[in-house]
Amino acid sequence: MEKRVRFKSRWLPWLLITPQLNIVLVFFFWPAGQALVQSVLQEDAFGGNREFVGLENFSRLWNDASYLASFKTTAVFSILVAVCGLSVSLLLATMADRVGRGAGLYKTLLIWPYAVAPVVAGVLWLFMFASPMGVVSYALRALGVDWNHLLNPDHAMALIVMAAVWKQISYNFLFFLAGLQSIPKSLIEAAAIDGASPWRRFWTIVFPLLSPTTFFLLVINIVYAFFDTFAIVDATTHGGPGKDTAILVYKVYYDGFKALDMGSSAAQSVVLMCIVVALTVVQFRFVEKKVQY
Amino acid sequence: MIERRPGLQILRHLILLIGVAVVAFPLYLTFVGSTQTAQQINQSVPMSMLPGSHFWETYQLTLLGGDNSQGSPLPAMLPMMKISLVSALIISIGKIAISLLSAFAIVYFRFPLRNLVFWTIFVTLMLPVEVRISPTYEVVAGLGLLNSFAGLTVPLIASATATFLFRQFFLTIPDELVEAARMDGAGPMRFLKDVLLPLSATNIAALFVIQFIYGWNQYLWPLLVTTNEDMYPVVLGIKRLISGESWTEWNVVMAAAILAMLPPALVVVLMQKWFVKGLVDTEK
Repeated sequence: MEKRVRFKSRWLPWLLITPQLNIVLVFFFWPAGQALVQSVLQEDAFGGNREFVGLENFSRLWNDASYLASFKTTAVFSILVAVCGLSVSLLLATMADRVGRGAGLYKTLLIWPYAVAPVVAGVLWLFMFASPMGVVSYALRALGVDWNHLLNPDHAMALIVMAAVWKQISYNFLFFLAGLQSIPKSLIEAAAIDGASPWRRFWTIVFPLLSPTTFFLLVINIVYAFFDTFAIVDATTHGGPGKDTAILVYKVYYDGFKALDMGSSAAQSVVLMCIVVALTVVQFRFVEKKVQY
Repeated sequence: MIERRPGLQILRHLILLIGVAVVAFPLYLTFVGSTQTAQQINQSVPMSMLPGSHFWETYQLTLLGGDNSQGSPLPAMLPMMKISLVSALIISIGKIAISLLSAFAIVYFRFPLRNLVFWTIFVTLMLPVEVRISPTYEVVAGLGLLNSFAGLTVPLIASATATFLFRQFFLTIPDELVEAARMDGAGPMRFLKDVLLPLSATNIAALFVIQFIYGWNQYLWPLLVTTNEDMYPVVLGIKRLISGESWTEWNVVMAAAILAMLPPALVVVLMQKWFVKGLVDTEK
């Protein structure tokens, strides 16, 4: 789409666009280019000599068991976050959609965690599960579960998943609720007249019609789990025990700033960029369809 | 309501109430923690779930700093909250301002390389800070911007989503308005100020809410570019409080958590309409 009527000036558009363009070039494209360059260089420990090593950094990553493990950790983490987050929010949104009066109040009471910083979410959940005074870990001990996220990798993973899901419920809830409200009531009424139970109506009518929203949220949640949960991991588990909750972004940070392995960190950045590009493409191809729906 | 089933309606309320309770429980516990003393929390198994009587002491200690119960110094959170507020405002207003200007240029002018410029901005969507941590840090360090507001905010100000949103919105504004403005002798800047800006007010409000929360909650970037405690935003200060050695002053950590989530949560609850609009718009 184009404007028919325009203003004429040679220099004004450039002046208007300069601030954004400068920031984009200096802080986005230059560093991204640097990451590409560094990923094919090997620097010695003192930052003195740089040597072109081709794809060695990448092959080193590929053969690095801890990197592959981090990939697996991230996959498990993001699938858990997406599945748990979407199921809980869909349940709540379905209830709120049909509850009639009071829906607005429930909405307000459910959306505020969006505003909570991931690191604060991490600290809140850490507090409940901390030993020995944490109330949830105490309750679990009473039930016979010896909770210890500092030693047990499954417990550590469960902790970051819960904190991440808790923070994301509000977002999923809002989009599910909007999706549910856009489903024509006549369809559901027709099914009700035909004698379909609420349970059956949900699975044969509502859920299929909601699938664009669900798919969109699935992508958003995976992006969230990949890139926006660094602070949760850093606040609660520090990637531990061992490296069992070190998701990819945590590992880039750790290798670049703590282990000072710039070549590897840059190669990891390039891999992450490829993942973002892939996810963005998936997201946009889908958005095209969503507009028609 | 399609059919009357009182049992189902009660079940709906029940599930929603459980949901609200589970979502709110961590917040309640945080508040309770912030009203007790560190000893009360650390020495009872489990900690008491009822509010204590040390609200003022804890918040005073948290905001102004002082010695913790073990005698080691605690940083003051009040200056950190100022840093967070200033950064969040610079980031949100900055993003809106530069995106508005670039969208105006892209929609209302024809200039060489216009499409390239648009795509250059658009592609930044695919380059979040998280994937280019070290090289961006090096650029900022090279420019001497570590430990400054400029370093904390400027690299985060570019916004493909906001530019895209304003562009889409400008495209829906009828051309007659431009013609009328030109006939009245208004130049482009006058048109921007007197026509586009008022028309964009709701979009600006919605974007502001989202970007303020984004700016306030930044964690990874400040972690990299601030080494000096004077420039820590509050979310980073909290992390410092729990990364201590053996002793964690939990009541102060919880008070700091409450203080850190209060401003953005208030923005969400008070500006709920704009918040929902912003959330939906920025994802299109």
